[in-house]
Amino acid sequence: MRNVLAIAGKEVRAYFASPMGYVVVGLFALLYGWFFYALLSFFNRQSMQMTGGMGQPPMNINEMLIAPLLSNVTVILLFFFPAITMRTYAEEKRSGTMELLLTSPLTDAQIIFGKFIGAMTLYAAMLAVSLLHLGILFLYGEPDWKPIATAYLGLLLMGGCFISLGLLISSLTKSQIVATLATFSVFLMLWVINWIGSFVGPTAQAVLSHLSITDHFEDFAKGVIDTKHLVYYLSFISFGLFLTAKSVDSERWRG
Amino acid sequence: MIEVQNLTKRYGTVTAVNDVTFRVEAGEILGFLGPNGAGKTTTMRIITGYMPATEGRVLVGGSDVFEKPIEAKRRTGYLPETPPLYPDMTVREYLNFVARIKGVARREIKSRVDDAMKKTWVADMANRHCAKLSKGYKQRVGLAQAIIHNPDVLILDEPTAGLDPKQIIETRQLIRELGGNHTIVLSTHILPEVSQTCQRVVIISKGRVVAVDTPDNLTARLRGSETMYLQVAGTAGEIETALGAIPGITRVSATARDGLVEVEVDSERGHDIRRELSSTIVNRGWGLLELRPMRMSLEDIFLSLTTEDATGAPAPDATIATSETEVANA
Repeated sequence: MRNVLAIAGKEVRAYFASPMGYVVVGLFALLYGWFFYALLSFFNRQSMQMTGGMGQPPMNINEMLIAPLLSNVTVILLFFFPAITMRTYAEEKRSGTMELLLTSPLTDAQIIFGKFIGAMTLYAAMLAVSLLHLGILFLYGEPDWKPIATAYLGLLLMGGCFISLGLLISSLTKSQIVATLATFSVFLMLWVINWIGSFVGPTAQAVLSHLSITDHFEDFAKGVIDTKHLVYYLSFISFGLFLTAKSVDSERWRG
Repeated sequence: MIEVQNLTKRYGTVTAVNDVTFRVEAGEILGFLGPNGAGKTTTMRIITGYMPATEGRVLVGGSDVFEKPIEAKRRTGYLPETPPLYPDMTVREYLNFVARIKGVARREIKSRVDDAMKKTWVADMANRHCAKLSKGYKQRVGLAQAIIHNPDVLILDEPTAGLDPKQIIETRQLIRELGGNHTIVLSTHILPEVSQTCQRVVIISKGRVVAVDTPDNLTARLRGSETMYLQVAGTAGEIETALGAIPGITRVSATARDGLVEVEVDSERGHDIRRELSSTIVNRGWGLLELRPMRMSLEDIFLSLTTEDATGAPAPDATIATSETEVANA
């Protein structure tokens, strides 16, 4: 565990010792804020029109604002994950520090978990900044905190999938550019994979819909913690990390 | 302390290391000598557990590197060819991190880091970012990193590469100092380094061990006879016959060059013939312009051992015998 934390600490320091960590968190906050403002304005106008009549219940802020906002956020995140994971292994291999890690008394699993936790920490920092916006809603309205909590749990798990997949891709190449592009393409593919669902027949549609990482998030955004989504995310993460371990190991054998 | 047994490493069809076997005793400094691409780095990477061998095994302090990698790695410090530094960390942060992953106890980390920085003369750069260090400092931080957990075994891949002459001398001095408490394997293609720092040399060429011995023995054993070099003003033919008559001389070859004659004289070993040579030449009225013993330098040994392999001669085994005849014929 001590070794895992040492690696994780090093990863976090690497993010924030360079401008990268700040740029990622800052730009994410900017985009999130923009979406928040746009959706909030829209919500306000709608709410004004709807509650104009008598006897109408007030619009549900969770369903009408927060859930669509976070669904949009998953798309923004698609662009940020490659930046978070591209350097994890590619940089170590390019600069030769991989030799230090692999000749230290560490297991591959410790290195991989350390890197995973490091990347998750940066991601959590991004999400924490986004919570500030939602905090404003609590000042002026009465949103239900529980669906927000499940949505953020969903975001964390979804991010875990992207990060484990990003680690795997980064472990396959020395070039950060290749890592970024490949990661982004795969993520985009996983996002749109079910768009052709209605053309390929019901069975294939179900399969494609299960594969889409972002689709599994929808229930979390609505405040539902469905075990099938939990199992999907957790097994996706484990499988990604497992493949990363295999990739690092095969690197040794291939030299 | 280190046992390398029948190590073979193949990359696809290329054999980088071919059946290499040697031992390093505790406290010994072993020089690993070979031309670029001979398999030095590959062998070292296998010893440090960075990559597995195709065949054979390596024991470090009794632990098999492949079977018990964690134990073996705990005992090993490794300086790769390029120092493995994190550019965004300061030297102190970096060494703290390395100390942690090498398993140094938390309360000892600070003293170990200070100690390693002092030994490698990088203390004045403690708060400088690794990216901003000069090549020499990077190399020394790399060395500090290797010794930080006080390992039994140090594997140094070209530790003096890229250093200026003063730093090279200091680094060699440091390696010699470390030699008592640590078992050291260092690779180099700089030959004087070997004679100055190492107690034993393994010469490797094209993935095979071609010689294992002390630097002195290598020099002595390869020199089957003593050779003198002379420059004489005279006629080549006459000089050859006159010198050939001196007892104890086994071979004389004289060649005329630029109006002078260059002579090489082989004699039996342990038989000093310099007086006879000079008196013979002077008595004949020739001018003796130069007379010096020709030492076979480590360079010559190295070249004769490694080029013999390259010219397609039967692959030499780990004895010097074949090369001896080769040198005598040359």
